[in-house]
Amino acid sequence: MSEAIAVGTPKREVSVAVSAVRKRRIKVWSIRAALVVLWLASWEIAATYWIDPFYYSKPSQVWLKLVEWFTQGTSFGSIWANMLVTMEEAVGGFLLGALAGVVLGILLGRSPLLAEICAPFIKAVNAVPRIVLASLFLIWFGLGLQSKVATAFILVFFAVFFNAFQGAREVDRNLINNARILGASRVQVLTTIVVPSATSWILASLHSAFGFALIGAVVGEVVGAEQGLGLLIARSQGNFDTPGIYAGMIVITVLALVAEALLTALEKRLLKWRPPAAHTEVQI
Amino acid sequence: MTAPVIELRSATKRFRSGSGGVHTAVQSLSMTVRPGEFVAVVGPTGCGKSTTLSLVSGLEPPSEGQALVRGENVSGIPEGVGYMFQNDAVMPWRTVLDNVAAGPRFRGASKAEARKRAEIWVDKVGLGKFGGYYPHQLSGGMRKRVALAQTLVNEPEILLMDEPFSALDVQTRALMQDELLRLWSGTGAAVIFVTHDLDEAIALADKVVVMTASPATVKATFEVGLDRPRDVEEIRMTPEFQDVYREIWQSLKEEVDKTRERSSAGV
Repeated sequence: MSEAIAVGTPKREVSVAVSAVRKRRIKVWSIRAALVVLWLASWEIAATYWIDPFYYSKPSQVWLKLVEWFTQGTSFGSIWANMLVTMEEAVGGFLLGALAGVVLGILLGRSPLLAEICAPFIKAVNAVPRIVLASLFLIWFGLGLQSKVATAFILVFFAVFFNAFQGAREVDRNLINNARILGASRVQVLTTIVVPSATSWILASLHSAFGFALIGAVVGEVVGAEQGLGLLIARSQGNFDTPGIYAGMIVITVLALVAEALLTALEKRLLKWRPPAAHTEVQI
Repeated sequence: MTAPVIELRSATKRFRSGSGGVHTAVQSLSMTVRPGEFVAVVGPTGCGKSTTLSLVSGLEPPSEGQALVRGENVSGIPEGVGYMFQNDAVMPWRTVLDNVAAGPRFRGASKAEARKRAEIWVDKVGLGKFGGYYPHQLSGGMRKRVALAQTLVNEPEILLMDEPFSALDVQTRALMQDELLRLWSGTGAAVIFVTHDLDEAIALADKVVVMTASPATVKATFEVGLDRPRDVEEIRMTPEFQDVYREIWQSLKEEVDKTRERSSAGV
């Protein structure tokens, strides 16, 4: 506990330690900023003097494209509306996929017979390159929201399912026996022991799962849609509008990072019982 | 003489071992425990002492023979049984208070009621200031106290303990033994305390049961006539304690030697 250390240590040493941490942080961030500037500048210069900006575009053109999208809108309505559509699809697929993955994962994880019966089917479905299902879903559900939610769902489901399954299988037998002796019914064992034990596994999978949900939504839109960031990218491709593709990528990246931050906050809240990781310094 | 609260009648427990063979953990074992009696079970390491407890607790049914609690065949977990496991079994995602409140909650007490009872027991085991801490913030000895409170809050009539203090350092262990005797006295609970430490067995128990090398069965039973209340550190120094120790060790030594011979012969 950090307070406990602070109490026993002289004030001066604590302030030295704090300022060392701050110095390090400033150093790390300034080098990161320098790397970004270096990368963008070399791209800009290269595209101005040596390589063809028609194919490779350049940061200033991408920036102008972004400004255009956010001030004048895109050819498919305002950029905000397009972002909203993509997020709706991704979040919808994410929530449904995660829920189904958790429920089925825990169910199969706690029932060896069911797991043995289902194993080959799950392996087979998992082996299908699921992204091609986007085409199938387009035929089934049309150009609207549903086909993208379905694509995102199928990608999210497997990511979450395998982790929930593993998490439910590896619950400490001691904890279950202890709860049973203390008087827990089967349902209580499930809700108070199995689900919390599996939670750290499940939460770990949610990070990559949201990435999959965005991929599902965007690929679904590239295959065919009426609105959305994937459609913007597909249309830019059709028009040989390289800056448009980059601009679409950037918007999606920012959305993904925001979602990642929200998930990390949720994880911290739910797992506050866990001992702090041994090296929190080098988190990537 | 009062009727036994726990009785094993030539109970045998076999497990299927990993390689497809059959491993007999306990062989026609018979023993009785009266209400309020503190019985220690000692035997060589790995002889099947813990299996005895799982038979009484209903976690495992016997392959042959009978396990009776209050004169009735054990099927499922009998009412009024508490079990302290060798390894930590506290829930790491719950605070000390919520861990202790788990038992009453499982048994249908309201949240407020469960909390109130948990607070009393958290105080009794000396963790009053740590109610809001998570297990990972506590030392090994403190976690054992949580486990003890978690078990005792249900006010068990039968207390099963599987080497609960074996992972602790010597000083903490002595402290926890005293604590256990203090909390147990006056509850009237019958205790089966499994250990491989003869010192611990004699210091705590009214009766010491010596088990044979695997497969385990009762070799001999010894009465420990030491007065209560006891101070486990002090009592070890008394000549009475040492007499009892010598007597039981004679019996236990043969079994320990057998186990050693077997393990050195690679069986």
